[in-house]
Amino acid sequence: MLPKKITDSELSIVLIFSAVVLTMPIWLAPIGAGYPDLLQKFAIFGLFAIGYNILFGMTGYLSFGHAAFLGVGSYAAVWSFKLLTMNVLPAVVFGVLFSGLFAFLIGYVSLRRSGIYFSILTLAFAQMSYNLAYSVLTPITNGETGLQLTNHDPRIIDTMLLDQAPEGLPSTVLFGVKMSGYPGFYFCALILILGFFIALRISRSPFGLVLKGIKSNQTRMKFTGFNTRPYMITAFVISGMYAGLAGSLMAVTDPLAGAERMQWTASGEVVLMTILGGVGTLIGPVLGAGLIKYFENIFSAFNDKALHELFAFLPDGLENFVVTVVSPFVGEGWHLTLGVLFMIIIIFLPGGIIQGMEKINNRFFKRSSSAKSGSNES
Amino acid sequence: MDAIFLQILNGLDKGGAYALIALGLTLAFGTLGIVNFAHGALFMLGAFCAVSIQALLTLSKKVKDESITFFDAYKEQPYLEIWWGDIGTTIIDYAVPISILAAIPLMLLIGLSMERGLIRFFYKRTHAEQILVTFGLAIVIQELIKANFGANPIPTPAPDIVSGSAKIGSALGLSDAIVYPWWRLIYLSFSVVVLAAVFAFLQFTTFGMVVRAGMHDRDMVNLMGIDVERKFTIVFGLAAVVAGLAGVMYAPILPPDYHIGMDFLVLSFVVVVVGGMGSLGGAVAAGFLLGILQSFASMNEVKSIFPGIDQIIIYLVAVIILLVRPRGLMGRKGVMED
Repeated sequence: MLPKKITDSELSIVLIFSAVVLTMPIWLAPIGAGYPDLLQKFAIFGLFAIGYNILFGMTGYLSFGHAAFLGVGSYAAVWSFKLLTMNVLPAVVFGVLFSGLFAFLIGYVSLRRSGIYFSILTLAFAQMSYNLAYSVLTPITNGETGLQLTNHDPRIIDTMLLDQAPEGLPSTVLFGVKMSGYPGFYFCALILILGFFIALRISRSPFGLVLKGIKSNQTRMKFTGFNTRPYMITAFVISGMYAGLAGSLMAVTDPLAGAERMQWTASGEVVLMTILGGVGTLIGPVLGAGLIKYFENIFSAFNDKALHELFAFLPDGLENFVVTVVSPFVGEGWHLTLGVLFMIIIIFLPGGIIQGMEKINNRFFKRSSSAKSGSNES
Repeated sequence: MDAIFLQILNGLDKGGAYALIALGLTLAFGTLGIVNFAHGALFMLGAFCAVSIQALLTLSKKVKDESITFFDAYKEQPYLEIWWGDIGTTIIDYAVPISILAAIPLMLLIGLSMERGLIRFFYKRTHAEQILVTFGLAIVIQELIKANFGANPIPTPAPDIVSGSAKIGSALGLSDAIVYPWWRLIYLSFSVVVLAAVFAFLQFTTFGMVVRAGMHDRDMVNLMGIDVERKFTIVFGLAAVVAGLAGVMYAPILPPDYHIGMDFLVLSFVVVVVGGMGSLGGAVAAGFLLGILQSFASMNEVKSIFPGIDQIIIYLVAVIILLVRPRGLMGRKGVMED
């Protein structure tokens, strides 16, 4: 289904993207984001959003249950660490496989319906998984505590290869390289680039065109003789696998998994990332994920004292007033900012940042917008 | 037999809450065509209305505690008690019923301003965008409440006189073992009364007739020179009041915290889908039905056969209904069936 030859334009897009991603530690350092923990989050949530965009952006199906796949990916990865080996490759493979399988099951049922019913079905399934992970599935998920590594895990392959048991809890490795700090980031970044490349190929393939056709008019697609259902299921499974990949990478950088990752507010977050960046565009979701994680990091760190320092140049009365107004939005209240941002974007800029940039572009440089490919037409 | 009767009762009061919220959801969908994810937030606002009224009534100042004579001890005494003595104590005791009076105008105002301020700009947008913007609004309301009231549940007790349990078992000639908290019985009857009032309003008044006509064929009613949009806005306000009242009355049953709205929203949406989008009777019937089903599923006998069934029964029913009969139990043919 995929066209065999990689065109020059695709190659250059991927090269530029890789260059930007791999140099992130350098150019993000001046704005205080150049440390590995945050960079890992950028890459992981970028992947999650890219995958989500394959479903929501290309086909227009609004899923409210993608956090469930993220959770399944995490659990599968941690189990691979516990049972087999601390090497990250099997963990990632298992995470993707299991979430793909899970996505197939859920997608097979949910895709019988479209529109708001699809959203509610996916929401129902995600809540079901979340509730089960908290209650009955405790032997697998370890309930509220979350699944963690312990000292007496079997780790069959590791014990076969190494004779002596390492002291303390082992850390995740890729053939001897510890997956924390910068190596962990570069691992996530490479997978992000791979994921971006695949998404790029998908969006330009005949398969991607079918998905876009489904978004603009599913009925007409059916009239022209397409059986849209297999295409939809494939798209759903692919995007579920991306979510599982992101989930397993979370476990790679920090080997534990909890049920709260599957809650539906977590699904809401990825929707927001995708929309903030630009639905249906390739780079938009990555941009949105990065922005949200960056601002989450900055805003949650603020407290009243920091605010007073920030607004110290104002006269005292005014300073106190500004701090009182701003303080609910930072620190613990970061979600409030997120909610407000969410509403503003949907009300004024449903196409996200990419659409905003195009608008500015058209306004000031008088270029025709139709020449741009991959942009959202709404 | 006793156990079954008790489970039905147990399910009915939760079902009452589902029905009240779902009724508002389906009203908003049937009239304005809006999928409102912020409806759970209205329920929560109602519950916090009770919390604030209680806090307002118990505003206190420090006074010397006369009962301790060895040293100077101080205690908080509400102003109302200081001013009016026992009458003040009684008023504080009745905080929740009093909040109902306050909640009606307040929720109406909130509902109307929500509709005029935000929802009306989304009539013509896609359902996905409606879901997303109201989801954002729900987060905002929820976080504002969290910022003001903290993250912990706040107990709001019912009046003392109804704090005990009713011996319905002996009253109905069944086993004496069947006892049931008074407040839950009150909640059940309250929800039935509110539901009946809403239905009567829609069925027997001219206003209700216009609304029903508008739900059926909006353009036609418009052509007859009636400003349907205005009527629908009022209906939205009404839906907000119903959700708010459900919240006020639920506060003694479950101490409200900031995410109570979201918890109820997801379930109420499922209720609406099971009942049929836009069908009022369906929402009510499905609300009570799912409430009862849920309480049966949480019986130990059932749980030992299907572990965890109590957590997922509602979603499971919704999945089955959507696949077998997408328009819901009582949905109109052709409404959102694909």
